[in-house]
Amino acid sequence: MSATTDLTPRAQARGKAARQGGGSVRRARFTSTRGGQFLISSILPIAILLAWQLTSSLGIFTVGQLPSPEMVWLAGVDLVQRGLLGPFIGISVQRVLIGFAIGASLGLFFGAIVGLARVWDFFFGSTFGAIRAVPSLAWVPLLLLWLKIGEESKITLIAIGAFFPVYTTVAAALRHVDKQLVEAGRAFGLSGVQLFTTVQLPAVVPSVISGLRLALAQSWLFLVAAELIASSAGLGFLLLDSQNNGRTDRVILAIILLAVFGKTTDALLGLFEKWAVRRWA
Amino acid sequence: MASSTTMPYAVTNTAFEVRFDGVGRSFTATNTRRGESAEPRIVLRDINITVKPGELVAILGTSGCGKSTLLRITAGLDTGFTGNVTIDGTPVEGIDSRSAFAFQEPRLFPWRSVTQNVALGLPHGIDKAEGEARVAELLELVGLSASAHHRPREISGGMAQRASLARALARNPGVLLLDEPFGALDALTRLKMQDLLLDIHAAAPTTVLLVTHDVDEALQLADRVILLGRMPGEPGATISELVTVPGGRPRDRGSAELAELRAHLLEGLGVDRHTTSTFSI
Repeated sequence: MSATTDLTPRAQARGKAARQGGGSVRRARFTSTRGGQFLISSILPIAILLAWQLTSSLGIFTVGQLPSPEMVWLAGVDLVQRGLLGPFIGISVQRVLIGFAIGASLGLFFGAIVGLARVWDFFFGSTFGAIRAVPSLAWVPLLLLWLKIGEESKITLIAIGAFFPVYTTVAAALRHVDKQLVEAGRAFGLSGVQLFTTVQLPAVVPSVISGLRLALAQSWLFLVAAELIASSAGLGFLLLDSQNNGRTDRVILAIILLAVFGKTTDALLGLFEKWAVRRWA
Repeated sequence: MASSTTMPYAVTNTAFEVRFDGVGRSFTATNTRRGESAEPRIVLRDINITVKPGELVAILGTSGCGKSTLLRITAGLDTGFTGNVTIDGTPVEGIDSRSAFAFQEPRLFPWRSVTQNVALGLPHGIDKAEGEARVAELLELVGLSASAHHRPREISGGMAQRASLARALARNPGVLLLDEPFGALDALTRLKMQDLLLDIHAAAPTTVLLVTHDVDEALQLADRVILLGRMPGEPGATISELVTVPGGRPRDRGSAELAELRAHLLEGLGVDRHTTSTFSI
């Protein structure tokens, strides 16, 4: 037993599980393999797809209400052939990334100063709190008046959406950095920027990344809000345009694409988060 | 002074005099509800003592009597005191690089390996190779070489506390400040740590101020024991007794002379000696 005392609890548990026989272990192993996880997580999407196919084969809904999966697929192929889908996806992704980058950077900066110094908390805290309470759609008319129907208005809206999750998580995380660790850092002669980079920043890395994840999800939400109301390209525009033309297949296509892209970018940041938690926490 | 042959880099023989001159500390209560005037609460008053270079002094007292405050004042972590504290003749103003602090909790940075945590204690501007060599030797000294690359969460509490001690020693401090460093350890580990501290002190007799609530620990380790306590009718704690512990170290844990001193100090801490059958450990 003495050999295992220095191991992490998780490593000990793994060792224990390996020593035990029986079905419970095999089940635990199944969910701990990549393939097993993938299999389990793909059950529900496949079931939904099958149910969708079934309802359209049985003619429960009209084509205008719910087109078949094949029709949605063909609508996608058609849009690709017309050379529309690629640019639409491209412009939407571009808006999300630029808006996210701007909003997240500002969120990091303001979250950092508000979290580190009480005076900035008093200065910005309540104002930002009030701005945060404004629903996303309420910004649209103002942004259109100020910035017109260009890229700026959409990117600004997305940046607003990305700002708050980062700002709030960073500020809260910095405020709650273990005071004892900060004091230990000070006791060993660290102060100012050095204290920040050596103690406070590493301590909040995991929370910063989960804030970024939230912000990215929020960016996609705000993208659609921006594109629904004023745009001539993008996935949000595809939604609105198809609604006006009664193209339910394209509406569903746009929704699926939004889901796929939102989930993909989130999963990428999720991988990054996993790595960061292992590295920093 | 010649450095020890077993530890050429790790610990050199610097030891400074620490002098307390009329040191006091009072805190202003922060919760002043219903407009009650905030009467400053005196915690420490009239602390006068000179700790000789290389001396090991234990500070004993009941909990909340201000022992940790006195240590924090010496470290420069608490600057709101009155009176004068000097190290090697110059006053303590803010965090002092001549002293090093080991806290009651290990306070290791979870995102750094044991080696990196110990390296944090190195004096600023030290040569990189020399620093690495010193950290390696300190880890050897505290028996953590095998765990050098582990994270704090992967080692036991006793190991973490040893790493914390090594981090303080990495500073090559002229004054080593220990705030109940063994208090949270199990009895057996605590005894081993006490012996380790004595070994370190024998190899390089730096000045040590050790806060403890453990009378046996104080008698086992210290040249002199300060008993902090309140005088009847006076606010705040001061040095109520100063005991020179007889005999060289390591001391016989069963000595009758120490047993008598132990009973005497316990009485000073408000513990009844009951009968005469007092015994150590």
